[in-house]
Order: sequence, then C-alpha cells, then structure tokens
Amino acid sequence: MGAPSDGPVPAGGTPAGRASRWERLLASDHLSGWIFTSPAMILIAVFGLLPIAWSIVLSFQQNDLLSGGTWIGFDNYTRLMQDPVFAHSVRLTVFYTLLFVPISIALALLCAVALNRKLRCIRLYRTAIFLPVVASTVAEAILFNWLLDKDFGIVNAILAKFGIPAQSFFQDPSQALYCIVGMTVWGWLGFSVIIYLAALQGIPKELVEAAAIDGASRWRIFRRVELPLLGPTTLFLVVYLSINALQLFDEIYVTTKGGPLNATLVVVYYLYQEAFQFFEAGYATAIAYVLFIGILVLTVVQLLIGRRFVHYRS
Amino acid sequence: MSMRGQTTAAAASPAGLEAEVAAAGHRHWPSSWHLFLVPMSALMAFPFLWMLITSVSTLEESRRFPPQLPSSIQWHNFIDAWTMAPFSRWLLNTVVVAAASVVGNLLFCSLAGYALARMRFIGSGVAFMLILATLMVPFQVVMIPTLLIVRAFGMVDSLGGLVVPNLVTPFGIFLLLQFFRTLPVEIEEAARIDGAGRLGTLVKIVLPQMKAPLATVGIMTLLWRWNDFLWPLILITSEDKMTLPLGLATFQGAHFTNWPVLMAGTLMSQLPMLLVFIFAQRWFVQSLASSGIKG
Repeated sequence: MGAPSDGPVPAGGTPAGRASRWERLLASDHLSGWIFTSPAMILIAVFGLLPIAWSIVLSFQQNDLLSGGTWIGFDNYTRLMQDPVFAHSVRLTVFYTLLFVPISIALALLCAVALNRKLRCIRLYRTAIFLPVVASTVAEAILFNWLLDKDFGIVNAILAKFGIPAQSFFQDPSQALYCIVGMTVWGWLGFSVIIYLAALQGIPKELVEAAAIDGASRWRIFRRVELPLLGPTTLFLVVYLSINALQLFDEIYVTTKGGPLNATLVVVYYLYQEAFQFFEAGYATAIAYVLFIGILVLTVVQLLIGRRFVHYRS
Repeated sequence: MSMRGQTTAAAASPAGLEAEVAAAGHRHWPSSWHLFLVPMSALMAFPFLWMLITSVSTLEESRRFPPQLPSSIQWHNFIDAWTMAPFSRWLLNTVVVAAASVVGNLLFCSLAGYALARMRFIGSGVAFMLILATLMVPFQVVMIPTLLIVRAFGMVDSLGGLVVPNLVTPFGIFLLLQFFRTLPVEIEEAARIDGAGRLGTLVKIVLPQMKAPLATVGIMTLLWRWNDFLWPLILITSEDKMTLPLGLATFQGAHFTNWPVLMAGTLMSQLPMLLVFIFAQRWFVQSLASSGIKG
C-alpha cells in the first residue's frame, strides 16, 4: 500500500514537482503509517478518548441520561466524601480484595507446583482445575445460587451430614460476602494457575538440578530457587487480580444484587445502581473516577513494593 | 499408581531428583501430590458435575432434601429450556458479536501494531501515548459516555452497539506491537527492496510468523466478548438482541424456582465454549499464559 507502485494516490498526471513530492511522501512512512493506524485510532478516539473527556464533564454535572445535564461543580465529589453508603461500599470492596487476592495467589501457587510434574492423570487434574476459566461469570453465579440454595442446595445437604444446621449463605448478611469470595476464587483460580504454570515451566532446569546436586531439599529448592524466580509472575498476578477484584460486578448482580442489607454492595454495584436505577449519571461517574484513582494508586504502590522484593533475571 | 509411574516421574523431571532419593525407602507409594490434587480437582469440577446432575432431574427430585441422584435421565429439560427462552437467538447473537469483534481486533490491531512498531511517521509518538492512556482506564469510567455516544449513533439496543466499540482493544495493539518488535527486521527490509509494499510485507512476510500472538488476541477477544455482561446489560433491552450471559441472567429471573430447567439452560449456554476449551486446551493455555506475561 505504501509503495509507489500500488499506492492509492495516482502519481502520474500531476505536475512533475508535485509528483516527486507525492512519491517522496509515499516512499516515506508518513502516509502509510496513518493509513495503517487510522481505523484503530478513529475507534479509540470515539470510544476511548472522547468518553474519558466526556466523563470528566459528566462528573461535574447532575445528569439523568435523558435531558442535558446541569453543571454543579464539585458537588458530586463533596457529596461522595460525605456519603456513608459509598464509604461502606469502599470498605466492602477493600475487604473483598484483601481476601480474594491472597487466597487466590496461595491456592494457585500450590496447584501450579502440583500440576508442574509428571503424574498419572495429570491431564485430568489440569482440565478440572482450568475448566471454570471459560465459564461465564453469569453462569458461575447462577450455578452457585443453586449450590448454596438454603432449602435444596447440595452444600447444605453436605453440612447436614456433619450435623451442621442449614445456612442461608447469600441471604445471610454475615455470610454473603464470604460466599462471593469463595465463588470468585473458584472462578478465577484456573487463570492464575495457568499463568504460574507457564512461569514454572520457564525456569531453567539447570538451576533446579544444580541445587538438587548441592543437596538442597525439595522444599529448599522451592523456597530459595523457584519462588524468587516466580516473583515477577506473582507481582503481575497480584496487580491483575486486584484490579479485577476492585471492579467486581457480574457475580454480585446475579447473586445478591448488593444485598442482603447492603452486605455485598461493592463500589461498582453501587455505581451501577446510582446510574441506572436512580438515574444519577453524574454522581455515578464521580464514583467511577474515584475508583479509577484508587486502582491507579494501588497499582503504583504494589509495583513500588514489588520492585523492592522482586528480582528480575538478567 | 504403580512403581513404574513413580520412577519415571522422578527420573523425568530433574526437580524430582531429591524426591527419588527420599522415596528410595518406600518406592511403592504414589506421589503424595495426589493427596492434594484429587480433592482439589474434585472441588473444582464438582459444581459442573452437580449442574449436569440437576439438569437431568425432575422438578420433584430437585426439591428433595437431602438431594438424591435422578432415577431416570430427563433430557426434556434441555428441550424445555430451549423452547422457554430464545436460546438459539442468544447463541446466534453471541456468535455474531464475538466473531465480528475477533475479526475486527485481528485486523485493526495488526495494522496499528505493525505501523507503531516499524514505521516512523508524523504523530506516531502521540498516537502511541493516546492508546496507552486508554489502556489504563477502567471500563466503568467510560461506560456512561460510551452509552451516550452509541445512542447518538442510533445503536442502542442493537448488536452493532455491542460490536462497534469493541472492534479494537488497546491491549491487542500493545500485545502485537511487542511481538512485532521481536521479529528480525532484515527479512522485511529484503522484501521491501524487492519492491513489496508495507501491506504486502505485513500480510505475506510478517503475519505468518505471528500465529501464536494472533491466536492470543483472537482467543482473549473471544473470551471477553463471549462472557461480557455489564455492557450488554446497560445497552440491550429487547430479548431478541441479548447475548447469552444477559439472556441467562433474565432467564434466571423468570424461572428461578425451576432449577432443573435453569441448570439445563445454563449448561447449554456454556457448552460451546467448554467444548472449544476441551479440544483446544493447549491454545487456550498458551494464549492466557503469554498474554499474562506480556500484557
């Protein structure tokens, strides 16, 4: 496309001076570079950059999404700072993230180490652990509604075998969030295991062999050789899982809808309620911006802490 | 687990050297990892198994406590679910949306990624920075303005509104850009000297070396679009425009007491992706792993 022979702009028939200018332009990458990038750039401008700018404006407006909004300055943000429900939703989201991320990381590491060896039935184990990765969050949540049903659910039946009385799970304000943690750990585990497994298989065999010849125990090899080499992967997973945990929504929508008694009202669900049930789009966008800044700050902090503890090879 | 299994396991991986020494005294024991892996895989697979069992039970059997295995297999639950809700329509919509997004991403991300990796043109630095800026912004921030923009284009409650904002992802551009940069530039230069244009070089020389990263972008886009919920939820209102996740959520709202039919519908909706995963597990795993490390 960029070469003069098949260029989209006819070079012949124009005055000699212009023709050489066109030819130079075509031979250079200025035109073809923009022809190549323009589809992506137009889409990103319209559905990425414009919304980013627009949402800044929206967050300073009172807007019900139907009529044009009215400018209210920083009112959304000052209201946000004094909103006890928002403070509650932030606490819940942070609490959820503090449970979800460490449990996911620990379990995933254990599974990856176990799956990274030549055992009988290893393919079966791998398939079982990876399977939830492809299931949609909605399907997972519907499935857990059934497993944790308080009247006919299988989990209560298993608890009954051990003499534990039936629990209400998602309907119980003191249990609902823990059920969400369990469900999402189950749904995300396969992803983290895949990432860890790939990293484990990338560790040079010579390093492990050398340590074994030097008489290091299996645990010492793991602790002193493999675990440090998995540092960058762990850091990536902590950042990635945290970003996703802070944006938890689908599973809440399908199971508890923020209830019971706001026990699972995480930030994005609160935002959704404000925008699409109470038609407070300006306020919802202000929430989204605070969430964005929260994610950004957390990510930077995690990367900075990570830089002190994680050692990159070479 | 036989003794043979144990020795090959220890001999095959150098990591097992020590295990071999330790196990020398009692070689007949299978690896103790099975003690962890058996319950772990059972726990991971059990929800799916229970979904399958419930989906072939009668309504009465699903309302027994404690639950029992079904006395006979009720395949008609699947037919009931299929006729109670427009599952075929939802499946078709999801396939159309996912396929269009995959094609769009492969095309536009390759073009943009290649240009940004290999060409120096006026504004390329700015374009790169702008893409980087959108990469970090969470969807919730842009969700409401995007809805207003899509509405201005008259695409609310349409499949077009699901596809067009997702035809290109900054993540895809970045992933491909990184891989383009790892390829040796000499072959491309040779092709250019032989008179090939930029597009010809990209299509004939470069993309054939990029099968793995292209598969990664394709599979990631497929998974994202196939399972996407929040965007369809706020965009789509009519039942015949829904995708599978949104349709399933509404189906649950309408039939939340009929667990066998609900489980049959849920299982059915996940079947295409489960089958793709089981037959293409290697590709899926590689894609997730490489995107995780590179992305």
